[in-house]
Amino acid sequence: MGEISSLAEAVAELVHDGDSVALEGFTHLIPTAAGQEIIRQGRRDLTLIRMTPDIVYDQLIGAGCARKLIFSWAGNPGVGSLHRFRDAVQRGWPRPLEIEEHSHAGMANRYVAGASGLPFAVLRGYVGTDLVAHTPTIAPITCPFTGEELTAVPALNPDVGIVHAQRADRHGNVQVWGITGVHKEVVLAAKRSLVTVEEIVDELEPRPGAMVLPGWALTRVAHVPGGAHPSYAMDYSDRDNDYYQQWDEISRDRETFTRWLDEHVLTTTTGDPAYGGAP
Amino acid sequence: MSDQPTAEDFTLDEMMTVAAARALRDGARCFVGIGRPSTAANLARRTHSPDLVLIYESGTIGAKPGRLPLSIGDGVLAETADAVVSVPEIFNYWLQPGRIDVGFLGAAQIDRYANINTTVIGADYAEPKVRLPGAGGAPEIAASCGEVIVVVPQSRRTFVDRVDFVTSVGFGTGPADRQRLGLRGRGPTLVITDLGILRPDPDSCELTLTQLHPGVTLDQVTAATGWPLKVTADPTTTTAPTPHELAVLRKLLNP
Repeated sequence: MGEISSLAEAVAELVHDGDSVALEGFTHLIPTAAGQEIIRQGRRDLTLIRMTPDIVYDQLIGAGCARKLIFSWAGNPGVGSLHRFRDAVQRGWPRPLEIEEHSHAGMANRYVAGASGLPFAVLRGYVGTDLVAHTPTIAPITCPFTGEELTAVPALNPDVGIVHAQRADRHGNVQVWGITGVHKEVVLAAKRSLVTVEEIVDELEPRPGAMVLPGWALTRVAHVPGGAHPSYAMDYSDRDNDYYQQWDEISRDRETFTRWLDEHVLTTTTGDPAYGGAP
Repeated sequence: MSDQPTAEDFTLDEMMTVAAARALRDGARCFVGIGRPSTAANLARRTHSPDLVLIYESGTIGAKPGRLPLSIGDGVLAETADAVVSVPEIFNYWLQPGRIDVGFLGAAQIDRYANINTTVIGADYAEPKVRLPGAGGAPEIAASCGEVIVVVPQSRRTFVDRVDFVTSVGFGTGPADRQRLGLRGRGPTLVITDLGILRPDPDSCELTLTQLHPGVTLDQVTAATGWPLKVTADPTTTTAPTPHELAVLRKLLNP
């Protein structure tokens, strides 16, 4: 019920081996520190879910946490490929990665169905693409009213949904603004949820366009300033574009990546703020 | 025009971006991808199309960024937008019903019917030669926008006889396919490359070279195309970038 705890406690309690876990954030508010805590705690066999797997998923995949990835666009935005993701798909390192591939519209609707408590969602999509043949979770459906052929996609209800937000109050109510992606959908679709926040305040001041996730709709809130780095938190931090560039070099070969992981994630207790961890 | 730059004054990459910008009419509602499409759309807003409506899949509608955004979710888009909506809303309420005039896409591979691949290179999906990022918003952009403009540098690696994977449908296997599949928009109307411009043949829907950029020869284009390229009877030459277009573009890229 929006209980406030440390990041380490929250991850230990909420994320188990074999779980399906969605860390969301559409360029903005990506919960990188939480992802690195999952790596530090050594979780295995996770089904990772995310519309736009980027650096934090490259790290989780490269660290061997993931068995499967459900996604719609996997890349280092504005830079190029995710090398750890590609290595896992193309060469099975550090372990083979099963994939379930959708479009953004399909993934967004799967979360909507999950948040709505419905078994599936309907969209006008995918028709004519080769995704239909390779993704079993895309199926044709006929509209019972008009007879139109449409596409159905099953609900996503992750075991754990994790997002980052600007702030929470002491009761665990969360306020988030700017590009909010699928924040609301993933929190409401997930069986258990964690929101890491930049700031905890006595009272949430109203802000135009902001969305509030009530504490009673969440499981845990953790105070993790800078927890979205290298992505950004509007009005708190800027996107670290240099870091996205640097990641290309760090992640390109297995050895450099493994050394980086040891230095910046595994051997620290709280993560290195300069490399996406919580201070 | 005596002040028009000669072929030496601009690169073909710049020509491609300028040609793409010119294709965007003022007031159009444009679904913009990052990279060249975004550069071209922002150039259009600063030149002939000040009222172009920029829509990014992160949920920003009517963004008016003062600099080039570095990603589709760049803070400058949210700060300058008329509205910021959720991702389900941008796809379900704005794209799907056909409220967007132009979709701007790139491609890793494109074929003669303008089908686009951004998923895998290689015939085996399970064991690809190269794993690409995937679909993102593209399949539904290609299906639902009024028309689609593809911006992609031309080479045999990219312009292939058949794409290895159809991520986004252009014209499928020919003229009847879009209607048969129930796709709403007109599909790709322009493919703008660094060598020229291709348009679908009105009858066969096959991409046909209709325009060459200044200084480019027909041989260069056919050599960069992986199928026997159809060429219109009398291809025109693209008007070279004006000094104003070039100046604005260069300032955008090197602020």
